[in-house]
Amino acid sequence: MTRLFISRDSTALSLGAELVAQTLQRHTAGQNIEIIRNGSRGLFWLEPLIEVETDAGRVAYGPVQPEDVASLLASGLLEGNQHPLYLGDIEALPYFKNQNRLTFARVGITDPVSLDDYLAHDGYRGLKNALALQPADIVKQVTESGLRGRGGAAFPTGIKWNTVLNAPAEQKYIVCNADEGDSGTFSDRMIMEGDPFVLIEGMTIAGLAVGATQGYIYLRIEYPHAKIALNQAIAAAYENGYLGENIQGSGKTFHLEVRSGAGAYVCGEETSLLESLEGKRGLVRFKPPLPAIVGLFGKPTIVNNVISLASIPVILDKGGEYYKNFGLGRSRGTLPIQLAGNIKHGGLFEAAFGVTLRELLYDYGGGSASGRPIRAVQVGGPLGAYMPESQFDTPLDYEAFAAIGAVLGHGGIVVHDDTTSLADMARYAMEFCVEESCGKCTPCRIGSTRGVEVIDRILDNVDKAKNTELLRDLCDTMTCGSLCAMGGMTPYPVLSALNHFPEDFGLQATKA
Amino acid sequence: MQDYQTQQPTVLKILDAHREMPGNLLPILHGIQDTLGYIPPDAVPDIAKALNLSKAEVHGVVSFYHYFRVTPPGKHTIRICRAESCQSMNSKTLETHAKQTLNIDFHETSADGMFSLEPVYCLGNCACSPAITIDNEVFGRVSPEKFDQLLATFKGTE
Repeated sequence: MTRLFISRDSTALSLGAELVAQTLQRHTAGQNIEIIRNGSRGLFWLEPLIEVETDAGRVAYGPVQPEDVASLLASGLLEGNQHPLYLGDIEALPYFKNQNRLTFARVGITDPVSLDDYLAHDGYRGLKNALALQPADIVKQVTESGLRGRGGAAFPTGIKWNTVLNAPAEQKYIVCNADEGDSGTFSDRMIMEGDPFVLIEGMTIAGLAVGATQGYIYLRIEYPHAKIALNQAIAAAYENGYLGENIQGSGKTFHLEVRSGAGAYVCGEETSLLESLEGKRGLVRFKPPLPAIVGLFGKPTIVNNVISLASIPVILDKGGEYYKNFGLGRSRGTLPIQLAGNIKHGGLFEAAFGVTLRELLYDYGGGSASGRPIRAVQVGGPLGAYMPESQFDTPLDYEAFAAIGAVLGHGGIVVHDDTTSLADMARYAMEFCVEESCGKCTPCRIGSTRGVEVIDRILDNVDKAKNTELLRDLCDTMTCGSLCAMGGMTPYPVLSALNHFPEDFGLQATKA
Repeated sequence: MQDYQTQQPTVLKILDAHREMPGNLLPILHGIQDTLGYIPPDAVPDIAKALNLSKAEVHGVVSFYHYFRVTPPGKHTIRICRAESCQSMNSKTLETHAKQTLNIDFHETSADGMFSLEPVYCLGNCACSPAITIDNEVFGRVSPEKFDQLLATFKGTE
């Protein structure tokens, strides 16, 4: 039996992986082969990718179109022979070799919904260890790892868990925020499609750690393939005693369910998400009280994002100390970085903190897709700053980014070449806030509407100096007066565009 | 538009199936839209009654979320990503092309009832921008030419 791997990841599918799989199936009918639909290795310019298992290891070919299948088979695909699309061992390519894959260790390798495959690749070892520990000791491991929330705010995960652990209540909840719709980020989607068990295991461990028996994954409606994979994996986990009552004979209980969002960006904000899960409009809540104390249905709740929770199994498997040894300064462990937009080699790159933007953009990303100079990159989603070339040597580290008025956020990097007008992008940032504001607080709801108007006046040369001053003042009000990051951070892209690219607004460069 | 009388049994069945679920309003609305294609405004009183909410509360939730619609969609729904990553790869040109080709704006349905056009903010396909979905299928690196081919394909599957 020869095993072949073709991805079921959305991006691979978006480039035709399904048709390639079907074509291959048709051409090999009657032969002793098995096609496994795995996750993606994250080297998206090579998708659709075919890997074949040979005695010498896996051999890759890509990007493969359906019309290539016949010639691939004729030249000995099943034996791993040479062909113009031959790539050899994908793990030997610098883009893959130089990563530190902790959270994404299995993605692209295993069948995402096969529990046997998960177990064969070190899956559920973290849970096994956690079942032997007291709740406080699980929390201690997480605290020691130095893990900070990978959703953007970078709050220490151990502290959050400890708060929930110490909050007395007869019911507690684990909520996974799988609704982060930042443009340029797809690591959540990739882990849910490519290794859903790792998220399920992370949430189960979280439940044991704080005494929560019910979990919810609040999933973006824009990710239909992730929903399918999650539900298949959850069903397998229930059938085999990894979810439900008496997990692996331990007497512990944890139930898990996927809930769909409905296309509201603000529901990626944790309190807005909780409102939505309760069946209401996603209006942001005042804090305090924190969700850790008064969360879902008024009960103590851990709200963590996908990558934070998916990082838990490796921490409980190998220890907090092991995880902590990756990284830089107060940014410990690894970050799944996403190279997106106008980039030649877009994809997922998991690395320890400390790698620089320039290395990512040029050494791994290969420069822009258009071949034109890279002018600006926006890091950390639509509320992140636009960074000019002069800042490309900044290491990926929460504090280093904060020091220059930028945010690392979720590790999404969107590349723009020199044809992009940063004034247009600043206007769009305000427009996006108009569209997506929950409307509860005035600075965000009204400020963004006025922001679009003020930028339009600047671009129309109406009282330019006065309106630029007004725009800065408005941004200040939004930053200081908004209830949540939606209004509070929209000024990041706007002001960074204005400060670093004033010429796009028809202004003289005044200050950096 | 269909008569609500013919749709009501479906709505009531969905309401009944979700009776015990905590935070059940969104799952109910998804259930209705998945089955009927949209949320008939006439269903709001039934939903409100079943959940012991006011009609205004239910309407407030339906109208808050971009994904829910209160009119029947076309046969296929096309969603074009408008977020930054896709913009950096000329999604604006694609948007203009799509609107001209279908002769509609966002939130509208083509005259032949075949395609509805909706904006979307990120499909998580940012390394292969610009991205669109047609129904539940994702497509990457969509040029205007590729868009036309896709339209032809989806029309052909009639």
